[in-house]
Amino acid sequence: MTETLFEKIWNSHVVVERENEPSLIYIDRHLIHEVTSPQAFDGLRANNRDVRRRDLTVATIDHNVPTTDRSLPMIDETSSTQIKTLEKNCKDFGIKLFGINDPNQGIVHVIGPQLGITLPGSTIVCGDSHTSTQGAFGAFAFGIGTSEVEHTLATQTLWLEKPKTFEILATGKRKNPFAVTSKDIILSIIKQIGTDGGTGHVLEYHGDAISDLSMEQRMTICNMSIEAGSRAGLIAPDEKTFDYLNNRKYTPTNYDELVDYWKSNLMSDTNSKFDKSFTIDVDKIEPQVSWGTNPAMVSDVTGKIPTPEEFGQNNEIQIESAKKALLYMDLKPDTPIVEIPVDRVFIGSCTNARLEDLKDAAEIVNGKTVNSHVGAMVVPGSQMVKLEAEKLGLDKIFKDANFEWRESGCSMCLGMNPDILKPGERCASTSNRNFEGRQGSGGRTHLVSPVMAAASAIAGHFVDVREFC
Amino acid sequence: MKPFTKIVSIITPFDKANVDTDQIIPKQFLKLITKSGFGKFLFYDWRFDHDGQKKNDFILNDPTYNDSQILITNENFGCGSSREHAVWALKDFGFNVIISPSFADIFYSNCFKNGVLPIILDIEKIKKLLLYKDKIELDLNSQKITFGDESINFEIDSHRKIRLLEGLDDIDLTLKEDEKIEYFEKNSSRISIFE
Repeated sequence: MTETLFEKIWNSHVVVERENEPSLIYIDRHLIHEVTSPQAFDGLRANNRDVRRRDLTVATIDHNVPTTDRSLPMIDETSSTQIKTLEKNCKDFGIKLFGINDPNQGIVHVIGPQLGITLPGSTIVCGDSHTSTQGAFGAFAFGIGTSEVEHTLATQTLWLEKPKTFEILATGKRKNPFAVTSKDIILSIIKQIGTDGGTGHVLEYHGDAISDLSMEQRMTICNMSIEAGSRAGLIAPDEKTFDYLNNRKYTPTNYDELVDYWKSNLMSDTNSKFDKSFTIDVDKIEPQVSWGTNPAMVSDVTGKIPTPEEFGQNNEIQIESAKKALLYMDLKPDTPIVEIPVDRVFIGSCTNARLEDLKDAAEIVNGKTVNSHVGAMVVPGSQMVKLEAEKLGLDKIFKDANFEWRESGCSMCLGMNPDILKPGERCASTSNRNFEGRQGSGGRTHLVSPVMAAASAIAGHFVDVREFC
Repeated sequence: MKPFTKIVSIITPFDKANVDTDQIIPKQFLKLITKSGFGKFLFYDWRFDHDGQKKNDFILNDPTYNDSQILITNENFGCGSSREHAVWALKDFGFNVIISPSFADIFYSNCFKNGVLPIILDIEKIKKLLLYKDKIELDLNSQKITFGDESINFEIDSHRKIRLLEGLDDIDLTLKEDEKIEYFEKNSSRISIFE
């Protein structure tokens, strides 16, 4: 019988399986952060339970942290309390924490792969929906709620109903691979399958256009699987995957042996059956810009804001959503995307703040200056990314162009720290969600790639980055 | 968790699609380290204006629905962030049942962990329910919603139903499988992060 990659991973992690019931699945890696864990630790204490496998558990602080000078005291007391609570919980329960001043601190989904904690064929959870990022390494990686965080801490397992499988075949070759990025591929996919197209499914991406991508680009694709409704995205590991994870801080000592095993086991069998399929030809993809308040409301950069009717295509719910979105975004149908001005530019988040993202953005910015009406910032995905970027002199390029160069964290992707938009401000953002108020109450988010964000910062409005290259 | 009992309540109609958890509980309220007290922040940016005053045209500010325990909403409810705070806020506000044509996966799963029943119903049935303004009766045991002389049935996974009805603690149940977990660990050793 043929099996998909997901089915192979699932089958190798089943602890308990009974007919017509959820299965008990073993969890290989549990990553923790300050926002979704305090109540889980409280639950353990209240029931006198311990952490079952501290050797499979690590924590970092990313959501709340200030991205400004960390030698200064934190102004926000509630954030500070949440951070101190995680520090105490990790100490009490013996969990390894990459704390606020640790050189390995960073956004949890960025440091997992960077430290070699993420491994192919494993099951990975974190109380954060963008855990799907790590599926780029051929792992079943998915976000969980706080009750499941507590459950994983106590039992190292989760009860799960087996998701269905959804094949995303990406064919062709991008015409301009610098300007048309993996962000544009995933936004195009979400635009077509919708924000709930993947609900109940694990997305497995494959095809020449996926193999062609670097690991960092693949992470951007898997990261936004959740924006298509999928708890997890998956890409079979290949030489690029094995090279990336080699010689990292926590790469297992028997790595070569593991790679041999992964090479012969971690792929979907030929002719394996998926519950759903979708094919996208990347030849035709242009740089993308979101215009609405969900990640399926996306346009080609050469396009115009659609009318609600064009967007909704006879679906009344969608038409209504588009009307509300245009009102919130203060945009009128038929406005060319390139005529939309931006007030702020945010290059950051678990979607697009790895080294390659910053390198590409810096290439656009080099020798230019941010438009005087725009406030622009770069927030590296981790302190390791920051350090590597500084070694390459990228910080200087950004700062010379009037970008702010910050410490790492989730920052303005969700605005839990002081990095937020003011009401009415319009932001070109490399993050993943353009929901109402996501980056600050009343703020207006347009999702774009790092090169598109960089070009918009210089121009003061959206531009076709292909004209910058 | 308290066992889920029969519910008699009017319905709060909430005609929005793709409601994300950022709307249900905005990020500025995720900094609490307890599970209680989130109800007052539910749908904060939709319920209150920038000065913190209630917006009168928002349905949850209509006193008619003050005691309602049932929210009926549109497709893909609870999408986005995995924050369980969204369910804590809905529950704390008074909602024990959420009815929608579809839910986002993580939100759906989070509901059951907190004694909130998410019911998937097709649009036609939802439209019928929305016409009814009096109290409806919802019985999880018989999987039936009764309104006036009419009734409709709903589907729910039997396993989840039992856990809700009996108010069972997931971790307690799992710890009963401890031997199997140990057996799994012995037979396929997991790769420790810190060798």
